[in-house]
Amino acid sequence: MAGRFKVFLGMAAGVGKTYRMLQEGQAEAEAGRDVVIGYLEPHGRAETTAQATGLEVVPRRRVTYQDAVLEEMDLPAILARAPELCLIDELAHTNAPGVEHAKRHEDVATVLAAGIDVYSTVNVQHLESLNDQVAELTGTRVRETVPDEVLGDADELVLIDLTPEALVARLRAGKVYPRERVDGALANFFRIDRLSSLREVALRQVAEEVEARRVVGIAPSPAREDRIMASAGAQAIGERLMALVTPAPGSQRIVRRAWLSAQRLGADLDLLWVPRNHDYDTAEREGLDALRRLAVVLGAHLLIVPGEDLVATVCRVARERSPTYLLMGPPARRSALRRALRPSLPSRLLDVLPGVDVRIVADRTLREERPSEGAER
Amino acid sequence: MIGLLLVVVALVLVAVAAWVARGHRARRAAPARGPHRVAFPFLGQALSRPALDAALRLARADGATLVPVYLAQVPLHLPLDVALPRQSALALALLEAVEQRARHYGVPVDARIERGRTPRHALRELVAHERYDRLVLAAATDNSGDGFHSEETSWVLAHAPGEIVVLRPDAPARPILPPPVLNGASRSDGGLEEL
Repeated sequence: MAGRFKVFLGMAAGVGKTYRMLQEGQAEAEAGRDVVIGYLEPHGRAETTAQATGLEVVPRRRVTYQDAVLEEMDLPAILARAPELCLIDELAHTNAPGVEHAKRHEDVATVLAAGIDVYSTVNVQHLESLNDQVAELTGTRVRETVPDEVLGDADELVLIDLTPEALVARLRAGKVYPRERVDGALANFFRIDRLSSLREVALRQVAEEVEARRVVGIAPSPAREDRIMASAGAQAIGERLMALVTPAPGSQRIVRRAWLSAQRLGADLDLLWVPRNHDYDTAEREGLDALRRLAVVLGAHLLIVPGEDLVATVCRVARERSPTYLLMGPPARRSALRRALRPSLPSRLLDVLPGVDVRIVADRTLREERPSEGAER
Repeated sequence: MIGLLLVVVALVLVAVAAWVARGHRARRAAPARGPHRVAFPFLGQALSRPALDAALRLARADGATLVPVYLAQVPLHLPLDVALPRQSALALALLEAVEQRARHYGVPVDARIERGRTPRHALRELVAHERYDRLVLAAATDNSGDGFHSEETSWVLAHAPGEIVVLRPDAPARPILPPPVLNGASRSDGGLEEL
C-alpha cells in the first residue's frame, strides 16, 4: 500500500514551510511513529535547524559531477531504512545527473510506492502551470518545476500562509537569508506588491485543489453520471465563465466583459463559437484568426463546435465544461409574431441550463444616448 | 371555413409584407461602407487623444472601419504565446475607450491585440496578420513610451504596405487613460456585483 503524501505549500521562501514540516514530524515522532529526515535544507536558519533536533537524519550521499562534489538525498538508504514517515524538503529540486531520478518528486514517488509516508515542501512558483504567471508577476522565472499532478496526487495539502509584511519583517530580521543578501532580496523578489500577488496565487491554488478534491470525491457511477455531474456543478464554489461569440467585431465587447469578470472571479474563461459548418468566408476566417490570437493573449480557451442547433450545441458543451455563467450578446430584435412562436435564445438557454446564470452583455455606450427615467417624467 | 382561410392568408400576406419592408429599411439604414480598414496601432500606458481623433476622422472620411491594435510586448524570458493578463487588462480598457470614442464619430471598430518582443516585432506581426488600407501611426512626443519612435516609424515606412500616415501631435494633449486596472483588491471588491 502506498504511503500518504502531505505537501506544505508556500508563496515564497521564508514563510515557514520547512519549519512546519519539521514541527509536524516531531509531533508524529512524539506520538511513537518512526520518523526520519530524508533531506533537509535549513538554508542556515537557526530556528529551522533547532526544530530538526532529535529527529534521525538519513545522511546525504555525495555525487561527483563535472569535477564538483554535490550532496543529494540518498534514496536507496531511505528505502533500506524503511521508516514510517520520511521528511523530504524541496520537492521541486533537480537532482545531479547520475542518481536514480532526474527530479526529487520522482524520488518521492518511489518512497511513497514503498509504503512510506512522506511530508514535503514546495513554493507556488515551482508549479508547472503557474510558472509563466508567476514569472510575469515577479519578473523571476524558476527553472525547477513540479508537474501539477504531483500536487494533485497529494493526500493533504497545507498552505503555510504569512502576510507579505510579516515575511518582509522576517527577511529584515535575517531569519530568511544572510544579512548580506537581504537588501538585494528586498529590492527584487521580496517586494510587498509581488509577495501580495504570490500570496493570492498560492491561496487560489489551494482553494482550487480543495474544490477539485471535493468534486472528484463524489464517486461517479455510469448510471448516475448525469445526476452526479449536476450535483457537483450545483455545489461548485469555483466559477467558470463561458461566452458565446462569433468572429464578428461585435463579439469583442462580450469577450472583454467576460474576461474582466473572469479576472475578478479568478475563473477560467471559455469562448464558444458555434458555426453552422466549416465553410468560413474570408471575413469569418480573418475574424477567427483574430479571435484565436486574442484568446491566447487573454489566456482564454477558444472552442469552435459546429452545430445546426445552437441551443443543443451550447447545452452539450456546457455539460462538458460546467460553466457557472454564460455570457452572450443581446438577442436579435424579432417581430411580435416570431416572439410569440418561439422564445428568445436566452430564454431557451435558461431552460436547458438550470443552475447556470445567463448574462446579456449590453453596449454600455448606449446608456448615455437614452434619456433617464427622471428626465422623461 | 373559407372566411377563416381568407383571414389566415391575409395575415400571412401582412407578415410577409412587414418582413420585406423591414429588410428594405434595414438595408437603407445600414451605412454605406466600403471594405476600407484603417489600422491604428498603439502601445504604452495611455493613448494619444489627438492621434486617435485624427485616425477616426480619416476613417469617417473614407467610410472605413477603424482597426485599433494594442501592441503587447512579451518579455524575453517568457514564451511568445504566453497569456498576458496584466497587459490584456490595460489593452482591453484602452480598446473599450477607443470604441466609445469611435461611436461619437459613427465609425465601426474591429479591435485587435498583437504581440511581439519589441514594438517593431509587434508591428511586423500586425502587418503580417491584418488587412488594412491605411495605417495611422502616432509618433512619440516625449520619452513616455506612449508613441512610436523614429526607428519604428522608419521601419513601417520602409516595410509596411498601404498608405502610411505618421502623426506628430502639435502639443502634448491630455491622453486617454484606461480606468484603474484590476488588482487583487478589486477582484474581491464588487466582482459579483459586476456580474
